[in-house]
Amino acid sequence: MKISKEQVEHVAMLARLELTEEEKQTYTEQLNSILEYAAILDKLDTQDVPPTAHPLPLHNVFRDDVVKPSISQEEALTNAPDAEDGFFKVPKIV
Amino acid sequence: MLEDFEIVAGVEVHAELATKTKIFCGCTTEFGGEQNTHVCPVCLGLPGVLPVLNRQVVEYAIKTGLALNSEIAEFSKFDRKNYYYPDLPKNFQTSQYDLPICLGGHVEIEVDGVKKRIGITRVHMEEDAGKLVHSGATISTSDVSFVDYNRTGVPLLEIVSEPDLRSVDETVAYLEKLVQTLDYIEVSDCRMEQGSVRFDINVSLRPKGSDKLGIRTETKNLNSFGSVRRCMEYEIERQAEVLSEGGQVIQETRTWDEGRGITLSLRSKEEAHDYRYFPEPDLVPMVIEREWVERVRERLPELPDSRRERLLELGLSAYDAGVITSSKALAEFFDAALDKFKDPKTLANWVMGDFLGLLKAKGIPVQSSPVKPEGLAELLNLVENGTISGKIGKSVIGEMFESGKGAAEIVKEKGLVQISDTGALSGIIDKVVNSNPQSVTDFKAGKERAIGFLVGQVMKETKGQANPGLVNKLLKEKLETM
Ligand SMILES: [Zn+2]
Repeated sequence: MKISKEQVEHVAMLARLELTEEEKQTYTEQLNSILEYAAILDKLDTQDVPPTAHPLPLHNVFRDDVVKPSISQEEALTNAPDAEDGFFKVPKIV
Repeated sequence: MLEDFEIVAGVEVHAELATKTKIFCGCTTEFGGEQNTHVCPVCLGLPGVLPVLNRQVVEYAIKTGLALNSEIAEFSKFDRKNYYYPDLPKNFQTSQYDLPICLGGHVEIEVDGVKKRIGITRVHMEEDAGKLVHSGATISTSDVSFVDYNRTGVPLLEIVSEPDLRSVDETVAYLEKLVQTLDYIEVSDCRMEQGSVRFDINVSLRPKGSDKLGIRTETKNLNSFGSVRRCMEYEIERQAEVLSEGGQVIQETRTWDEGRGITLSLRSKEEAHDYRYFPEPDLVPMVIEREWVERVRERLPELPDSRRERLLELGLSAYDAGVITSSKALAEFFDAALDKFKDPKTLANWVMGDFLGLLKAKGIPVQSSPVKPEGLAELLNLVENGTISGKIGKSVIGEMFESGKGAAEIVKEKGLVQISDTGALSGIIDKVVNSNPQSVTDFKAGKERAIGFLVGQVMKETKGQANPGLVNKLLKEKLETM
């Protein structure tokens, strides 16, 4: 599988990343070499191997439905780039 | 134009679960609260936090799957659905992709007396998003928007139907049945006006006789059966027009403008449907033990269909049984009243007539009715044993709603006890007969109906308190002696 520059542009758009022409070139090459390396795994017969859902051999980690204190509005907004009247303020969406 | 096409529709229903806390953190799910006060580092998606799944969410999902005849997966996991929208602080929604908790299933609906099975594709768990308030009139005319994350992380079930629906009526019947079921099994409080249940409607048209699917549109976030009906009617007409003119329907997401009664395209460059799902590394998978499923199954309450069936066996009409079982609260009310007053048909008449009428007039739900099942039963027993007439009963129930007092208390206080005393009634009957000679003559001339008028006059004289059966009998006896 080969990643094209168009795919890099598409993924960058989905991730809201602005890339220079040079970066697009670099990332296309880097992503391709990563995928090439991972392609070694294609040599294995994984026909009867179920896909890994999680690397840890754990399941069913649950918590009880018990209310815990939330944080204050002030704390919640501490790291917000912009806020107003207790709301997070965000730029134009569409 | 519409006659040339067949409608093919499917629905996705999002229902907020009635847990006390959010799906992955201990923040409360309570409605209201000042903006951004029901939040914590987990549901705000701050770096370095770990979500932990609420066991109750899984249990409610299993319960729902069982009620919808689904298969409960033995192995299930969460995935990240990636997209950028400020109502999700993490820039992805934790949802389920290829291994949902419930697969398959069906709901049975009835439209115009015809029963039909609507297939369920899947049911999965996910988190709700936050609330956006725009600075302008619409999202696209707003320079900035304000975000409240109180609802972010509230557990949702997404219930996806097969494209088995062939009309607006079928679609609404399916949604009503689904919401009714969620209400019965008490997994969601189904408060539609608060948006705790939302519908996404997929609809397409195809030429009659064709078995190929047409191109569909999806209208998102409807929150009442009425909007679903109006939106579908509009969208069907719109698509039929496009197709009749030789055009093509564009596959897209649309939004319903309730005010204008139209659907609008939501197309934009941003809306690239490329969610790049991948397994959620912060949550370990679930292995749903069969014992757990069986424990939930044992505790599953009686479902609407079987409840309705039971009322039909008691002799209620299909319509009455349908209305009474339409909500669990009303069905429970009926059963509790029936426990104290043994005539199901009379009870149904009162429940559907005066009781529901008064509730509706006051705009209060059955659960908070000032008249309790025992109270209604007490009233009906007073009518049944002749203490008060049915007519007086109707004014007593109104008074019960107003004052919250018991039926017997009101009857005693206001002296409403039915006059069943022959001596007391005879005097009034004499008076009525004497002042209505024309009716007496009519009766004598064979006009049986004239007696109805005389009974009415006696009832009027006694302010409705006379026992009508006795009045009838005494009047006849009196007239025969004349
Ligand atoms: Zn939280």
